[in-house]
Amino acid sequence: MKLSSSVFALLCLLCEIVSIALFLRGFFPVPVKSSFSDKNKVTDFPAEPQTGSGPNGSKAPVPLFKRVVIVLIDALREDFVFGSDGRRFMPYTRHVVERGSSHSFIAKARPPTVTMPRIKALTTGSIPGFIDVVMNLNSPALLEDNLIWQANSAGKRIIFYGDDTWVRLFPKLFMEHDGTTSFFVSDYTEVDNNVTRHLDGTLKRDDWDILILHYLGLDHIGHISGPHSSLIGPKLMEMDDVIKKIHASLISKESEGTLPNLLVLCGDHGMSETGSHGGSSEPEINTPLVLISPSFRRKAGFEEPGVLEQVDLTPTLALGLGLPISKNSVGHLIPAVFEELSLREQLRLLQINGHQLSRLLQDSNPTFHKEDGYEQFRMAEKSHGSWVKLYVDGNTSEVLSNMGKKVLKQYLEALKAMSSALSKQLGKYDMYSMIMGMTFILQVLFLLLLAMPEALSREAVVDVPLASSLLSLPFYLLCLFGSALHVLVCTSAGGPCYLCSLPWVLVFTVILLSSAFMCALFSMAVRRMPTSNKTPTKGSDWTLSELDALLLIGTVGHTLSLASSSFIEEEHQTWYFLLNTLCLAVFQDVCRKYFREQRHRDEEEDEGPLLPSSAKEGPSFSPAEELGMSPGSEKWLALATPLLTLTCCRLLRSLNQTGVQWAHLPDFGHWLNSGDHKAFLSVLASVSLVLIFLLVQRHCSLVSKIALALGLLGVYSYRAAVGNVLFPWQHSSRAVSKGTVEARFVYVFVLGILFTGVKDLLRSQVMSSAVDSGRLKSRGLWEVYSGVVLLVALLFRAHNLPTLACCLLIQTVMAQFIWKKLHYDAAQTTIMHYWFGQAFFYFQGNSNNIGTVDISVGFVGLESYVEAPAIFLTALSTYAGPLLWACHLLCFLSSQRDRAVMGLGHGSYCFALLRSIPAVFYVVLVTGLRYHLFIWSVFSPKLLYEAMHTLITTAVCLFFTFMDQERSARP
Amino acid sequence: MWDVEIRGMASAHAIIASSIFMATVMPAVFVENFSVYGTHMVWLYCVAGSVVVVNIAVFWLLGISPPTKKNTLSYKLNRLFKSCLYFLLSCLFFHTVVVLYGAPLLESALETFSLAVLLSTLTTLRCLCILGPNVQAWIRVFSRDGAMSVWDTSLQITTGCSVIGAWLGAFPIPLDWDRPWQVWPISCTLGAITGFLTGLLAAPVWIHWHRKQLTYKLK
Ligand SMILES: [Zn+2]
Ligand SMILES: [Zn+2]
Repeated sequence: MKLSSSVFALLCLLCEIVSIALFLRGFFPVPVKSSFSDKNKVTDFPAEPQTGSGPNGSKAPVPLFKRVVIVLIDALREDFVFGSDGRRFMPYTRHVVERGSSHSFIAKARPPTVTMPRIKALTTGSIPGFIDVVMNLNSPALLEDNLIWQANSAGKRIIFYGDDTWVRLFPKLFMEHDGTTSFFVSDYTEVDNNVTRHLDGTLKRDDWDILILHYLGLDHIGHISGPHSSLIGPKLMEMDDVIKKIHASLISKESEGTLPNLLVLCGDHGMSETGSHGGSSEPEINTPLVLISPSFRRKAGFEEPGVLEQVDLTPTLALGLGLPISKNSVGHLIPAVFEELSLREQLRLLQINGHQLSRLLQDSNPTFHKEDGYEQFRMAEKSHGSWVKLYVDGNTSEVLSNMGKKVLKQYLEALKAMSSALSKQLGKYDMYSMIMGMTFILQVLFLLLLAMPEALSREAVVDVPLASSLLSLPFYLLCLFGSALHVLVCTSAGGPCYLCSLPWVLVFTVILLSSAFMCALFSMAVRRMPTSNKTPTKGSDWTLSELDALLLIGTVGHTLSLASSSFIEEEHQTWYFLLNTLCLAVFQDVCRKYFREQRHRDEEEDEGPLLPSSAKEGPSFSPAEELGMSPGSEKWLALATPLLTLTCCRLLRSLNQTGVQWAHLPDFGHWLNSGDHKAFLSVLASVSLVLIFLLVQRHCSLVSKIALALGLLGVYSYRAAVGNVLFPWQHSSRAVSKGTVEARFVYVFVLGILFTGVKDLLRSQVMSSAVDSGRLKSRGLWEVYSGVVLLVALLFRAHNLPTLACCLLIQTVMAQFIWKKLHYDAAQTTIMHYWFGQAFFYFQGNSNNIGTVDISVGFVGLESYVEAPAIFLTALSTYAGPLLWACHLLCFLSSQRDRAVMGLGHGSYCFALLRSIPAVFYVVLVTGLRYHLFIWSVFSPKLLYEAMHTLITTAVCLFFTFMDQERSARP
Repeated sequence: MWDVEIRGMASAHAIIASSIFMATVMPAVFVENFSVYGTHMVWLYCVAGSVVVVNIAVFWLLGISPPTKKNTLSYKLNRLFKSCLYFLLSCLFFHTVVVLYGAPLLESALETFSLAVLLSTLTTLRCLCILGPNVQAWIRVFSRDGAMSVWDTSLQITTGCSVIGAWLGAFPIPLDWDRPWQVWPISCTLGAITGFLTGLLAAPVWIHWHRKQLTYKLK
């Protein structure tokens, strides 16, 4: 089967996407879930041993607390309460922690330390799967068994104020609620005032049982200016006042005879040294947990807080309120909370918790009998029974209390063991799906590599021997073997397996495809073999220039660097480094060209027939002439281009610090956003917008030019409306709006420009004259490109607009003076574009950490959250760098008329190959490192980024193929 | 003829290499607490200084430098002044390149500049010794197939190796191992010197290996 390079590349990428999806399905563990009825019921309580199964045997334990107030402060770090910051800024809380009747702990949040998974963890007690982070973008109602549902169905009245994630997660469960959206990160006072303003009224009332307050301001301050900013102190004092107010009100409500109240102060996750969160560094996972209630013993002084898991709060709260523990909770009781109870009650509570954990263990682990905790729990329950029997008989001796303490200890150990066994379950992988995905993706990579000589040949056509392999015997044998293997694995597999749960038709298609690939691979490999033996000289006279060597070393080196967690965290350094070296290598090439020309001007004349063909390309080909300069100055411009690029890159590098190790260093972006420098930011943004207009408008039609200008004006007024920048006539204190109107105004122009571009592209197909059609086509492409630029300009934060301007500037000068002049072939140009795209991905502030994805982009121009556009906009703005460079490559290659014949095919093939090599290597690597310490914090986010990047590349290749088809469709 | 030249080069290189070792070992006698990591700047300048002295001495004794046409004092002074200027310019050039590669601009500027000085001693100084302050000759040597003598080839090899060594030396910096040699610019200087030593060793070997293919055009 003969395929053109671009189609071949596209098909390979599509197969890769499918296999990566399969791999991801197997890699990200399905959360531990119980298979029994949806929610635990009060009747599910186990009977107290030895008291018979009578009506009061399995009755619910009595609640310990009358009312519970949960104050959840987003991104509250452990040292904000227990450290020196706490002493300075939270005097009241510190006093209660040190002298009051309270218990304080350091609660470890599991990564991903992102708000929604943390809320889920706190309410369900389970540890949400990693994939929940992706779902953080939209939070559908939580259907799992959870504390809020349990409280609601037990008739507790719940009031909630704060982050509206809760309202989306628990619709209709709150008696009263007021959600604030957290997406306008620049606001840190309004979000909290919105919570506090209800406080006085609510505290006076008596008609509620549970009050939940989720304060967002601290998190927003962290995102804006980090954990050491001057804004943190006042915010913590504000929070301290809130605690004081609530505590005072709870104490005043306290009366003899009724149950005590409980005040819980906790954080959902911490804050890294840069102020973001999502990863697993110590400051991100350590959150304070302070439980304050008059029923606790008074503290004599500050004690080192104990360490526990965040999920331990859930069963504690549930039993403290006399509710069933949620089904999938993996935490265990905090013993300190119940230490004032009688021994019998304590044992009873531990038994209930143990029963729930053991049932979860039975459900989720087929080999639960072998778990230590399970066995221990059975033992403890037995001794509990005999203890109760003695107790009921009226025995009150020392022996009994000692025995009871022993049972208590046994229970606690059993709970801990079961809890950790359940947490460990999350590390189980669906190896079958992973291996299948991996084999598939490896096959695709080998196919791509084997096809390289054909794909990069002048014809740019790959011959895949699919038809012949479909008729060969090995193909059928492989199919048979695959099916047999599938049946064997599925019948013997112990754990859950995604592939086995698929319908067999689908699985059989996969096996067929895989076998066909295998056969095609072999026959292609065989076809390669003799040719390399026959003409060994061909390899030796193909010499590598320094640039080729660099491109090769860079690609291989970057791929290998992915094996190290530090290099993943600091991947931007790799790309900046490579890009710099590339610019220097290009500079050397330029020097060589112009200085050699000087020396051998007469030799140059011999190459005459080559030069005119490229010089004839019309006025646009001679940039110096176009800019009205003499050819002499062209040389200096060409020499200056790599230097300009280097300078731009150096400046951009200090605009957004990213990564992990040096991310806390002050960068220019923070300085611009800090509020005092708004005027400067406005000037910078407007200069960038003007520059963007000047650079993009060159090849557009008049209508698009006007639309572009108006659109860029709209971008500025959108930023002004949102409050990022100022108009000259405007004072800094102006009401901040969502800027929906302005953003929609820009969207109209984006769509208009895109429409003009597509129209031109379509018209170019029906044109008769090849020259006209070519001109129209490249104009159409450029218009599509400028539409994308306008959209990106709208989505980028104001301080990132210089990044976009620099991107366009580098593209323009590099195209004019380097790529056109130095006769780099399509493959070299593509690799350079790819490197630039990668570097710009990091220049715009991204990293390999989920935390740096700017989700607020999904709300530009929308009144409320709408899933599809929000995801599209977020993906677009995150991958703006690689996307813009890919678009530019497309425009550039198709404007090069002398090589457009195969340029697009070569470009598309190289793009696919460049994406496949790291992706495939990484998939294999992650499989090998699946028990690495950093697998969840470093390697998994990167895997998601790789998958997403492959998806984006596939989209780009689709466009490439489309443009390439137009070429081949023409005679 | 060939063997004599190669042998001369090998011994010259051996002297330079041993001077680097001496510069590492000797100061420990005079300076207290001397160590490569701890007092890195002292070590760096010791090495740079010894390389400068030994290079100038060796090449002056060997008489490799191009014969001067005029022998007047003013002409010699002019050449000396030019050489110093070129050396300074090359320091600035390397400093700029290192900053472009991402070294902090103001913070630890002294360290960055020291690295630039070291790189200049390992590359530019040898050019000055062998070719003199003659930019045209430099361009000739460093363009493709521009070598006209074994010394030119050796210059190409050592210069390339030093720069590549410094380039490779930057790689361990992002690793989170917290080792003393990951501090800026220690790994780069170590890389540069290792590269230089490799170049010194590799140049005679390579020339000896390829002596059949090497046919230098006569000037
Ligand atoms: Zn949060
Ligand atoms: Zn946050």
